[in-house]
Amino acid sequence: MLTRTRFVRTALRSPRFNTSLAVVILVLGFAILGPILAGHDPNAVVGMMNTSPAHHPPLGTDNFGRDELTLLMYGTRNSLEIGAIAGLVAVLIGVLVGTVAGFYGGITEEALMGATNVLITIPAIVVLILLSVALGSRSAVTMGLIIGVTSWPWTARAVAAQTSSLRTREHIDIARLSGASGFGIIVRDIIPYILSYLGMAFTLQLATAVLTEAALSLLGLGPTNTISLGILLQWSLLWEAVRQGVWWTFIPPTFFLSIVSFGLLLLNSSLDEIYNPRLQGGGGSCA
Amino acid sequence: MSPTFRRYILTKLGWYLVALLAAVTLNFFLPRLVPGNPVDALMARFLQGGAGATAGKTYQAFITQFHLDRPLWGQFLAYLVNIFHGDLGQSFSLFPARVTTLIGQAIPWTIALQVPAIVLGWVLGNVLGALAAYKRGAFDRNLFVSALALSSIPYYALAIVLLYVFAVAVPVFPSAGGYSFGTVPQLSWPFLWDAFSHYLLPFLSLLVIAIGGQAVGMRSMAIYELGSDYVNYATSLGVSDRRVLGYVFRNAMLPQITGLALSLGTLVGGALITEIVFSYPGVGTLLFNAINSNDYPLIQGVTLIIIVAVLLANFLVDIAYGMIDPRIRAARSGER
Repeated sequence: MLTRTRFVRTALRSPRFNTSLAVVILVLGFAILGPILAGHDPNAVVGMMNTSPAHHPPLGTDNFGRDELTLLMYGTRNSLEIGAIAGLVAVLIGVLVGTVAGFYGGITEEALMGATNVLITIPAIVVLILLSVALGSRSAVTMGLIIGVTSWPWTARAVAAQTSSLRTREHIDIARLSGASGFGIIVRDIIPYILSYLGMAFTLQLATAVLTEAALSLLGLGPTNTISLGILLQWSLLWEAVRQGVWWTFIPPTFFLSIVSFGLLLLNSSLDEIYNPRLQGGGGSCA
Repeated sequence: MSPTFRRYILTKLGWYLVALLAAVTLNFFLPRLVPGNPVDALMARFLQGGAGATAGKTYQAFITQFHLDRPLWGQFLAYLVNIFHGDLGQSFSLFPARVTTLIGQAIPWTIALQVPAIVLGWVLGNVLGALAAYKRGAFDRNLFVSALALSSIPYYALAIVLLYVFAVAVPVFPSAGGYSFGTVPQLSWPFLWDAFSHYLLPFLSLLVIAIGGQAVGMRSMAIYELGSDYVNYATSLGVSDRRVLGYVFRNAMLPQITGLALSLGTLVGGALITEIVFSYPGVGTLLFNAINSNDYPLIQGVTLIIIVAVLLANFLVDIAYGMIDPRIRAARSGER
């Protein structure tokens, strides 16, 4: 295992880690500070419809004369909120199922992993479509929850694999001999060992959830009465903004969706490199 | 076929049947989670519009079609029997069109769009990824970051940007549909050319994303293999680079072949939004219209097709793995 100081030293030397961290922090700052600094309701009409950025700086107005920049700030914030809820839910369920299956083994593992494998094979988008259709109106929190409950199986599978390899370690035997309960061992002796993995799983789940929200919105199943990056894109398709060339209504949300997922994926892969030095440059003997 | 291999296939088949049953159960029960059945909600709208006597007849047709006079489990059994007979019911919004007919009309468009994009993207992505892993250095860094950037752009976002750039800002391609408005699909050069010009943009948007994703996957597989013990051993024995690379490539390809088969499984569900963006007459547009008109039988029909395609691809991958990898054939036959 990496010690903390060595982790920080390796991390700061990796340009990939630094870039991705900077991107993520910038986006987070925009999403959190933006709505506070904007100071007005994103739904307020501030000008004529579809005014270009040249006449209404900095990002123009949409089909209803609302300020695009403010919409973008709120949209990014809500998208990240949905993603964070989904990521938390997915990691929590994944850890619960994974550690219990991996630690207890036997019939428990067979049953839990069997169910997980069945759920993995059923495409998540189908369950999401059916759930969203069933829930006529969906708040941001609801969106986060339904995305979370459909995306945990991958995390559960990986956590189970890691837990069952930890199960035979000596410190677990000692904990067991000194009479610790199964739950206590999982919380104190297993979860700390997979914490770095859980952080990586969360970044991945967050990125996927933000994109999933947008995909659902474009299918017409996004959050109701909420502005999100996906909803902004859906509006510009719905009002034919793309075919009218009103680029300022769809290029910024597209850019933000991409930069959120690019930043988080890059962060994930650079963390992976730090934890698995084998992936670091210059490793191949043939090269 | 050895008995262990047969048992492996049968266990797999059993698991996939369980998954299929679970999926079909979800498919039936999830939309019925809400109190008040969809037909009632729909009829209320019909009656408000003053449909009158015909509405009563339609209502009766719905009741017999969905066996609404039976309890829920009875409806579920009827649903199972129906899909077993290949009957997905009739569409609400395009009543009395059959769901199977509507999907049958849409699916060739989707397949024609997706299969070439997936296969070509897979080939190009793997070659680029393997090259990056072998060459390392600047080529690798640039390729990796741009491939990661490409694969993290959501496919629908790229579709929207391409639509804007090449059909609106610089209008070289048509901006909507599978063929020009007013033409009739037929096998003639002018029509094929017309269809091709409508095809190119959605196809490119899918291809570029596929290349990015595959390249990232292949690169990390190849790097992993390049650093493994057998490579070090072979190199220290003085085996030529070319030969070692051959082994590396073959080993790294195995998971990539799985990836190809799995992405072929998502060919129905993988490009739904591309079609919506380009108003392409495939399954995605069909689903979008069904969602907007609360057409439950059509929605459930499309989701069922997506599920079956994915499960089938997964099953075939498992069978192929059982045949390729002797370890699975021997050791895992009893497991799971």
